[in-house]
Amino acid sequence: MNYLTILLGIILVNNYVLAQFLGICPFLGVSKKLDSAVGMGIAVIFVMVLATAATWPIMRVLNNFGIGYLQTIVFILIIAALVQFVEMALKKFIPSLHKALGVFLPLITTNCAVLGVCITNIDEGYNYLESLVNSFGAGVGFLLAMVIFSGMRAKIDDNPAVPKAFQGSPIVLVTAALLSLAFMGFGGLV
Amino acid sequence: MEKKISKLAILTKGIIKENPNLVLLLGTCPTLATTSSALNGAGMGVSAMAVLICSNIVISLLAKLIPDKVRIPCYIVVIAGFVTLVQFVLQAFVPSLYDSLGLFIPLIVVNCIILGRAEMFASKNNVIDSALDGIGMGIGFTLSLTVMGAVRELIGAGTIFGFALPWMSEHPMMIIALAPGGFFVYACAIAAINFITKGKGVKGSFDCHGCAMASMCQQEKCLAELEKGAEA
Repeated sequence: MNYLTILLGIILVNNYVLAQFLGICPFLGVSKKLDSAVGMGIAVIFVMVLATAATWPIMRVLNNFGIGYLQTIVFILIIAALVQFVEMALKKFIPSLHKALGVFLPLITTNCAVLGVCITNIDEGYNYLESLVNSFGAGVGFLLAMVIFSGMRAKIDDNPAVPKAFQGSPIVLVTAALLSLAFMGFGGLV
Repeated sequence: MEKKISKLAILTKGIIKENPNLVLLLGTCPTLATTSSALNGAGMGVSAMAVLICSNIVISLLAKLIPDKVRIPCYIVVIAGFVTLVQFVLQAFVPSLYDSLGLFIPLIVVNCIILGRAEMFASKNNVIDSALDGIGMGIGFTLSLTVMGAVRELIGAGTIFGFALPWMSEHPMMIIALAPGGFFVYACAIAAINFITKGKGVKGSFDCHGCAMASMCQQEKCLAELEKGAEA
């Protein structure tokens, strides 16, 4: 039950993009086309779970030595190295997957959602399994928001009815505001 | 090319002409997340500015020593070091701000503005120019965050910098201070800049062009792949 609460909470109620403003750059940047939105979403789920699997034990080690304040530096280095290794491993062993996700991987290194989920897991005091579930949910929430948003953008982008000052990025943000408003309806679900 | 620009121009271009989050559209996450009140916005702006100035100075000094291939990880380590310092300072002297900014203080590390300036400016210019660039961009970031925070606080809670206004605080429009309001106010701010400059400003867009990682992930290839993926 606990795991289900975490999962639903992070996907719908505290959606990383729409309620917590994490990972906005790729959300706005790569959501133009449905295909790339799905690719990016899957790559984020993948990296989030891996990064959590790596950083959670490392945090225990840091705390053991009483150097928990190095969290930020250590986490970002682990994530950067991990993403690089994953890219190399995919290229060597699963080329078809690398072809689909490879483009997105370097972008994810500096995605604040990945670092954010690792730090949140520690701050919330989740155990290892809960952390993994939380990370997976955060990624799924990101994918969900991306897919819905790319559908909305297909209708609204480049629409001549949009006022001149709002054309381009402002109308994209207004669209995001509407989607975020819709997701607020999930408030109180968990 | 950068040589021709005067010191004053380097300092002032970040404030309006190349305002990092309203014109270049960088650092969207902290812009949306920390502007629920003017004080939070200003606090975030000043913290990011401190990191930006320090990292610009250090990176411009180290630029020649760092091998080109590992420069991004090196920049990230320098930035992360300064972020940890800022985190300590805030925790010690302004614990209330530390609590309300929360997760977004460590996330300054991955703020595209800081990495972007390191990559695009500090690594190619001397120390003084880089410091000025950091100050200008930092002021621009702080100003726009404070203004957006003030607007959201005024409409969303009826207060300004914590002081309640007579009629407004009795009729707050909560939604503006919540997540959807963040997106909406940011949209209006960019639209206002577009309207004032009549679209003549440097146009930012939410794609690889504004991304700090672009040079690392081979921007053209990346863009081409995205386009190709979309067509297929």
